[in-house]
Amino acid sequence: MCTLEKRGDLFLLTLTGDGEHRFHPDTIATILSLLEQAKSQSTRGSILITTANGKFFSNGFDLAWAQTAGSITGAANRLHQMVESFKPVVAALLDLPMPTIAALNGHAAAAGLMLALSHDYVFMRKDRGVLYMSEVDIGLSMPDYFSALVRAKIGTSAARRELLLSGKKIRGEEAVGLGIVDSAAYDSEEGVVEASVRLGEKLAAKKWSGEVYASIRKSLYPELCGILGLEARVFATPKL
Amino acid sequence: MCSLEKRDRLFILKLTGDGEHRLNPTLLDSLRSTINKIRSDPSSSRSVLITTSDGKFFSNGYDLALAESNPSLSVVMDAKLRSLIADLISLPMPTIAAVTGHASAAGCILAMSHDYVLMRRDRGFLYMSELDIELKVPAWFMALIRVKIGSPAARRDVMLTAAKVTAEMGVEMGIVDSAYDSAAETVEAAVRLGEEIVMRGGDGHVYGKMRQTLLREVLVHTIGLDESASSASSGVRNTGSKL
Repeated sequence: MCTLEKRGDLFLLTLTGDGEHRFHPDTIATILSLLEQAKSQSTRGSILITTANGKFFSNGFDLAWAQTAGSITGAANRLHQMVESFKPVVAALLDLPMPTIAALNGHAAAAGLMLALSHDYVFMRKDRGVLYMSEVDIGLSMPDYFSALVRAKIGTSAARRELLLSGKKIRGEEAVGLGIVDSAAYDSEEGVVEASVRLGEKLAAKKWSGEVYASIRKSLYPELCGILGLEARVFATPKL
Repeated sequence: MCSLEKRDRLFILKLTGDGEHRLNPTLLDSLRSTINKIRSDPSSSRSVLITTSDGKFFSNGYDLALAESNPSLSVVMDAKLRSLIADLISLPMPTIAAVTGHASAAGCILAMSHDYVLMRRDRGFLYMSELDIELKVPAWFMALIRVKIGSPAARRDVMLTAAKVTAEMGVEMGIVDSAYDSAAETVEAAVRLGEEIVMRGGDGHVYGKMRQTLLREVLVHTIGLDESASSASSGVRNTGSKL
C-alpha cells in the first residue's frame, strides 16, 4: 500500500497500486511508521517527496470501511478513529527534519488533500487531477486540525471559501491562482515527479540542518502546531 | 552610529558609516534614544520618520561575534531590539524604511517594522538568514513576519529557503512597497512619500494607536502586552526593558 525508497538524498514515499489510496487505519499506521523511518535516517540535505501511482493521490478516509461497522454509532466511531489516527501523520510531517514536497499524480480529496497540504511544497498536474474538499457535499464536519491546516497554508479568504464552502473540484491552473499549490505546470505523472526531484535536489544542496529547518517550519504555523501538540525546540548556536 | 536630520516635518534617521550596522547594544541604545527624541519633539504627531543607512548595508543583523565572545549579550541585544521595535510600533507618526543596502535577520526585522518599505532594485537584498546560519528565530520575529507578509507561500520562501529577496522579488511578495533604480532615488522617493503623507494631515497619536492594534500580535511578544487587555484606553507606550 505504501513504500519508502531512498534515492541519494531523496526519500520517496509512494502510495502504491491503482486504487483510490483511501486512508484506512492500517494505511495510516504504515504511513506514520515510514515517516518515522525517514526521520530516523535523516541527515543534512535529506528531502522527502510523497507521491502515488495511478489516477488518485488519495481520495481521503476509507468511508466504506466506516460504513461496514453496521450501525450509525459504529460508523461514527470508525470515522472518529481515522480522524484521530491521521492527526499524528500531519504532526509527523510538520515535525520532519527535512524539506517535504507533495507530487500530486492525480486527485486529492479531503484527508488526501490534507496529506498534500502538510508538505512544504505541493506540485500538481495541469492536465489531470482535481483538489476537492468533499465534506460540504457529503455532510461531514471538519476536524479542527484540518481547518487549522487550511488556515495555515491558504492565505486568502476567497481561496478558503472556494476550497471549503463551494464543493468545487479545483483543477491545476485554478489551484495555482488560489495559492493552494505551488505549481501545476506538468502534463504527466513523470513531469510532476521530475519537478519535485529537481526542487528537492536544489534544496538538498543547501545541506541545511534538519533540526533547524523543522524548528523554523513549526514557528511558521503556531496555531496548527498548538492543535497538533507540537512545540518548537529552543536552541541557538549560530554558525559564524 | 546614527544621525538624525530634520527636514521640515520629516525626521531622517540614518545608520551612519560604511560598516554592517550590526545591532550591538551601543547602536541599539543610540537608536532608541534617537527615537525617543523624535517622539518628544513637539511636531512629532504631524511628522513622518524615514530610516535609511550609508553604505552597502542597511543592517546585517545582531552582532553575532560579540554574542559569541559574551553569550549573555545575546539576551541583551534581543531585549534592546524588542524595545526599539515596540517604540517604532507605538511611534505617533508614519514610518518609512528607505532600504538602500542589505538587511539581514534582525536587520531585516528592523526594516520590516516600518509602515512602508521602499528599496533599491539595483543592489541589496532582504535576507532572513537564520536557516543558513543555524540561528534560532525568536517567536516575536515570526509574529512580525506573519503580520507583514500575507502569503503563506511567501512566508515559506522567506523563512524556509532563506531567500535573498531583491526589491523586485519583494514587491511581488508584498514585502516591499516600491523599488527604485538607485540608493539616492530610493531616499528621494521616501522623502516624496513622507511629504505626501504630511500633506494628508491627521493626528499621529491616533495613527500610532491604530498601528498598535494592527501589530498587536507583535506587541504581545515584544512588550508582553496582555492579549486580553483592551487597547483603546491603555495608551500603550513602550513599557519594555529598563536596559
